[in-house]
Amino acid sequence: MIELQALHKTFEKGSQPVEAVRGIDLTIEQGSIVSLIGPSGCGKSTVLHMIAGLYEPSDGQVIYGGRPVQSVNTSVGYMTQKDNLFPWRTVQDNVALPFELARQPREERRDRAREILGRIGLTGFETRYPSELSGGMRKRASLARMLLYRPETFLLDEPFAALDSQLKLSMHELLLRLWTEDRQTILVVTHDLVEAITLSDRVVVLTHRPARVVLDQAVDLPWPRDVLNVRFTNRFKEIYDLLWDRLREQYEEERL
Amino acid sequence: MSSTNLARSETQVQIGQVPRSRPYSEMSRAGMLAWQFGLGILILAAWQLASGRLVDNFFISNPIDVAKRLWGWIISGFIFIHLWVTFYETVLGFVLGSIIGILLGIWLGVAEFMSRLLNPFLFGFYALPKIALAPLFVLWFGLGLESKIALSTVIVFFLVFFNTYAGVREVDEDMINTVRLMKGTRLQLLTHVIVPSSMGWIFAGLKISVPYALIGAIVGELIAANQGLGFLVQYAGAEFDTTGVFSVLVVIGLLAVALNFLVDIAQLRLERWKIVSH
Repeated sequence: MIELQALHKTFEKGSQPVEAVRGIDLTIEQGSIVSLIGPSGCGKSTVLHMIAGLYEPSDGQVIYGGRPVQSVNTSVGYMTQKDNLFPWRTVQDNVALPFELARQPREERRDRAREILGRIGLTGFETRYPSELSGGMRKRASLARMLLYRPETFLLDEPFAALDSQLKLSMHELLLRLWTEDRQTILVVTHDLVEAITLSDRVVVLTHRPARVVLDQAVDLPWPRDVLNVRFTNRFKEIYDLLWDRLREQYEEERL
Repeated sequence: MSSTNLARSETQVQIGQVPRSRPYSEMSRAGMLAWQFGLGILILAAWQLASGRLVDNFFISNPIDVAKRLWGWIISGFIFIHLWVTFYETVLGFVLGSIIGILLGIWLGVAEFMSRLLNPFLFGFYALPKIALAPLFVLWFGLGLESKIALSTVIVFFLVFFNTYAGVREVDEDMINTVRLMKGTRLQLLTHVIVPSSMGWIFAGLKISVPYALIGAIVGELIAANQGLGFLVQYAGAEFDTTGVFSVLVVIGLLAVALNFLVDIAQLRLERWKIVSH
């Protein structure tokens, strides 16, 4: 379980301090999928950085598994907008990196990397370099790396934003399939309302900067979900409208 | 009406006739080599003809004398002693300067406090023309090879150091975080992210510093020495031996070309291992 308690973050860069996050209280249940949605630049990524222990909150705290996060939180896997693959490593060596850091035997980590690459449809690309892959393939490799070392929580920062809509859907399907097997806690930051509803147990709408919670909406669509068709159900439409009303207010306030 | 048609058809013909590419850019390697060889011969011939006719032979010597001199030096083995000395100083200066430059560059790249502390000193020292240190090194290390190696080392050091430092500072913060979140240790951050990611910069620094290592050695020899190619140039000049000066210049030029060739080969191999390319 992850608890955000009166979480604040102000950046003191330059002469003008920027308040990014203003008092977020949020509890994320173990094994649930929660989406954070809000206007761009509203401080969503800052929240993820604080959960990962990469930023220190200016005030308030993150309680992870009952303990406050005070340094880098190695229980989470963090997938940012960039794929963060190392260009000097082959795909399989990239995917096996967490095992290499843990000093697992070479043969074993190679086998496990090959196995997961097979599961996400990258067989035949094991010994290629990231620069030889398409954007979607790199994204999948990056996801594979995180899936393989099984952190108990995934932080996904607009993980599929750069993908075309078809690829996005297949990534949603993949993510949900793997989640059904392992039941990690997943926190997704996204701009895409359809994506947020499709994937989540709860969707949290944030205000524009400084970020606060304006709506915490449960998504009571039944599991397992058909990512291709769930968006055409009536309940989906209702939830969409509810969320969109609040999101629109945020967009309108920011409109010039 | 008919004149318009004519004009249009003429335009079309002209468009069709524009050559697809410039002819000289498509010349084969062998063809270009032949042209280059020809130009070389032309320059040598012009030099030979000008000498004694347009300009006094005393000032510019001539290619035939230079060739004879070089041949004599090769037969007697005289030139190889000096060539070896300069080569030895260059290589040692390059290796020492590179090692110190890489180590310090990585260290200061990682250590924020030290880098800010030392910044003004390093830049002050960097701005100083290193050649001006030569007399000091002669005082410290004597007339032998050591003073030349020291000069070469200092010049190489700065080039490699600043490149390495820049490379380490350029390392993607997200990649560092990726490894930290995967429970990587500080040492692993260094070996798995910082060093491999700055490899491109480090090798760029090494590459540009090869000719400078040679410059350091030669300049050191020019100032005070009793061996080496720089000493030979200086000695021949003092003796008003223009042919000797040109002969040594040819040898220095060949040494520089050979060193660059070695660097190119090294780079090709490294690129095959995907170290340099990003």
